[in-house]
Amino acid sequence: MATTRQDIRNTVAASLRRRHARERRFRLFGLAAVLVGILFLLLLFMTVLSQGVGAFRQTELMLPMDVTAAQVDPLGDGSRVSLSAGDYDAVVRDAVQRLLPGTELRADRAALVGLVSVEAGFRLRDRVIATPELVGQRVELWVPASDAVDLYVQGRVDRDTPDAARELVDRQFDWVDTLAADGRVARVFNAALIKNGDSRNPELAGIRAAFRGSLYMLAVMLVLALPVGVAAAVYLEEFAPRNRWTDLIEVNINNLAAVPSIVYGLLGLVVFIDWLSLPRSAPLVGGLVLALLSLPVIIISARAAIKAVPGTLRDAALSLGASRVQTVFGHVLPQALPGIITGAIIGIARALGETAPLLMIGMVAFIADIPRSPLDPSTALPVQVYQWAESPDQAFVARAAAAIIVLLAFLLAMNLLAVMLRRKFEGRTV
Amino acid sequence: MIAMQPVTLLLLGAFAAFSLFFLGRRRALSLGTSQKGLKSLPAYYGAYAALWLFVPVVIALLVWWSLSGRLIELSMLQRIPDSVVASTAGNPGLALDEIRNIANGAIRVDDDVLVALARDYQALQVESRRKLSVAALALALAGAAFGLARIRPGFAARQRVERFIRAVLFLASSVAVLTTLGIVATMLLETIRFFGQVPATEFLFGLEWSPQTAIRDDQVAAAGSFGVVPLLLGTLLVAVIAMAIAVPVGLMTAIYLTQYAGRGLRAVVKPLLEVLAGIPTVVYGFFAALTVAPMVRQLGEGLGLNVASESALAAGLVVGIMVIPQISSLSDDALTAVPRPLRDGALALGATRSETIRKVLLPAAMPGIVGGILLALSRAIGETMVVVMAAGLVANLTANPFEAVTTMTVQIVSLLTGDQELASARTLAAFALGLFLFVVTLALNVLAQRVVRQQRIHER
Repeated sequence: MATTRQDIRNTVAASLRRRHARERRFRLFGLAAVLVGILFLLLLFMTVLSQGVGAFRQTELMLPMDVTAAQVDPLGDGSRVSLSAGDYDAVVRDAVQRLLPGTELRADRAALVGLVSVEAGFRLRDRVIATPELVGQRVELWVPASDAVDLYVQGRVDRDTPDAARELVDRQFDWVDTLAADGRVARVFNAALIKNGDSRNPELAGIRAAFRGSLYMLAVMLVLALPVGVAAAVYLEEFAPRNRWTDLIEVNINNLAAVPSIVYGLLGLVVFIDWLSLPRSAPLVGGLVLALLSLPVIIISARAAIKAVPGTLRDAALSLGASRVQTVFGHVLPQALPGIITGAIIGIARALGETAPLLMIGMVAFIADIPRSPLDPSTALPVQVYQWAESPDQAFVARAAAAIIVLLAFLLAMNLLAVMLRRKFEGRTV
Repeated sequence: MIAMQPVTLLLLGAFAAFSLFFLGRRRALSLGTSQKGLKSLPAYYGAYAALWLFVPVVIALLVWWSLSGRLIELSMLQRIPDSVVASTAGNPGLALDEIRNIANGAIRVDDDVLVALARDYQALQVESRRKLSVAALALALAGAAFGLARIRPGFAARQRVERFIRAVLFLASSVAVLTTLGIVATMLLETIRFFGQVPATEFLFGLEWSPQTAIRDDQVAAAGSFGVVPLLLGTLLVAVIAMAIAVPVGLMTAIYLTQYAGRGLRAVVKPLLEVLAGIPTVVYGFFAALTVAPMVRQLGEGLGLNVASESALAAGLVVGIMVIPQISSLSDDALTAVPRPLRDGALALGATRSETIRKVLLPAAMPGIVGGILLALSRAIGETMVVVMAAGLVANLTANPFEAVTTMTVQIVSLLTGDQELASARTLAAFALGLFLFVVTLALNVLAQRVVRQQRIHER
């Protein structure tokens, strides 16, 4: 059977079709892979935003408080001491009861209290202590609602939500609706989130303590990791002789960059807390651990920056009689500094997002007080996210997402700073 | 003599050194004549004297810092009467903690003995600070006198100062080695202690993991079993799922971006991937627990499968997403590093682009790609937050991705969070796991570096 020219042509055409189809498929796979990555990124941001944006605002209720002397002025002299001891919760409770007809039964009282945050009484107290003339008058005061009401007003919980997943019963929803119809419900900026430390009550919980802890750790890292990292990089690039020890250092730096962060936490637990008896949960220890963790990254990027300085600069300085140390500190380092700083900021920002090593050194405790020094017990932003995210309470989960937004904004700001620094100095060449 | 706080001492020393710098410089200037002048710039003489003041103070502080706590502890332990030790379940360490808390004002007790001990403790602290202050002052004075005395014409101050600077730089670079040594030493020490309580064979080959031992010695509790195999399997299961996601997606992304995508798409996608790489792991954990796990569960239910709410699949999926950028960026580098003539040759022979990629580029770039995959695998194994938030706590000997498994990192966290004594088998087990993790990731990393180096050798 002779193969005709046409047969060959057909075979080739068929194979070409097959090959081109395969080409298209391959290309499609590639595009799909790119899209999958972007899709996940979008999904992640959407999760965080949809969960977290709500937590930046908090529902408040306007209540007409009858500040009677009998309730708020137990000693009857209108003094600060007396006013501080008043039963403001009772005033708040009465105010809610007055607004909602048909709630005179004692059994209703607990359900009524569930609408208002415990903060309400404190806010009223502060107001009355600041202006004692209010005693005996009626004050219309905005006070924070409980987190359960907040979730309902946001529409995240409603009457269709299964009982296990909500704190309020339908009757309480009705009450909130009544208040809303009176224009007594509003969502305002959630100042507690920025102002407060952690709290058992979601509507009062804030990131201040955690943020402060992260700032202290940032300071410790800037003081320790940055100079040590730059010094190490300078040594390795400019002074180190080629010998075994130098090789060992290089191997170590490369390997340390890939050690899981939790191992650094274990190291910190034994060395800093057990051996050196530094306080548990302190940002100082956290900063030390993160400094060790970020050191390899800082050294590697600083070396790259130093390597980028042209050799002619060194030669010029040396030929004018400068010593090697003078050359490095007077000429090479100033040139490399923008690159070094950029790399260091990025490395430190990465370390600030770490959570696992901080769990090892006890920075996972419940901290309501704002730490005043790097030795006070504290937590950090990512740890706060973890703690809130683990809570079964939806309001806390929303706050975790809000804390993530703050954390990401903070890290983004640091990275932008690094990029801006690079831009600013990029034009300046030798 | 006042007992100064160490930080005050340090600041004071720095200030004194700063002043001495100017003093030394002026002294050098007054000595130097234009003819038989100084050998170095005057500032170097100042710096030389200042170093002689400051360095001894710092050394004194460091010695004090590393020793005083231990010494105070030892002398306290001798003072604590047996009655107090007995009240804390026969554990002098706990008694010491209590005394320390009383001394710090953290707790208040009415027990006169304890209060007296706390007062002793405070007195010892003050005494140790006093000794430090005296020693530091004496050292500073002696150093300053010596440093100033050596300022003479003809004295090569610059060389000395520069030698010191070099020494400091050298020490800084040795921190990396010290860190590794520290990791290895601490893990090994604690692991050896652990193996003193639990046989190594039981740890390595045991099929059951339930570390519920007594936290205190007098508590009655189950003996607890420490078999690492289920944890190892769980870790591997999560890592394999992660790789099953990350390798195809990461590699195809790199291929598409280097071979097909136009400059515009590349300029958009690469920064996005960097964002993906820069997101803290706790955020991925949040994502896993809140979005992916319920999604996987629903999907499984839709298919009629019984999926645990903390399934290995959800955790692995998110870990996979997390390491996509690592694989894609390293593969990207490896693909770009392939010499262009290789590619052009294949295309000129009539191969389609995908054929060129599969038959020519990928084999050439394979070492770099494999290196990237190994690094990503090591990261997936060591990843903590995602699995802590999305994987289970109970050790399950299973390979079913729909079931809940636990990993080594999850167990380290659960063993070490909360107040435990550092000596219990429970706590020590965490260090054994940590050592295991360290060794595995180190091996993967070394292997990866070796593989990557191979490509470089080939390219020469």
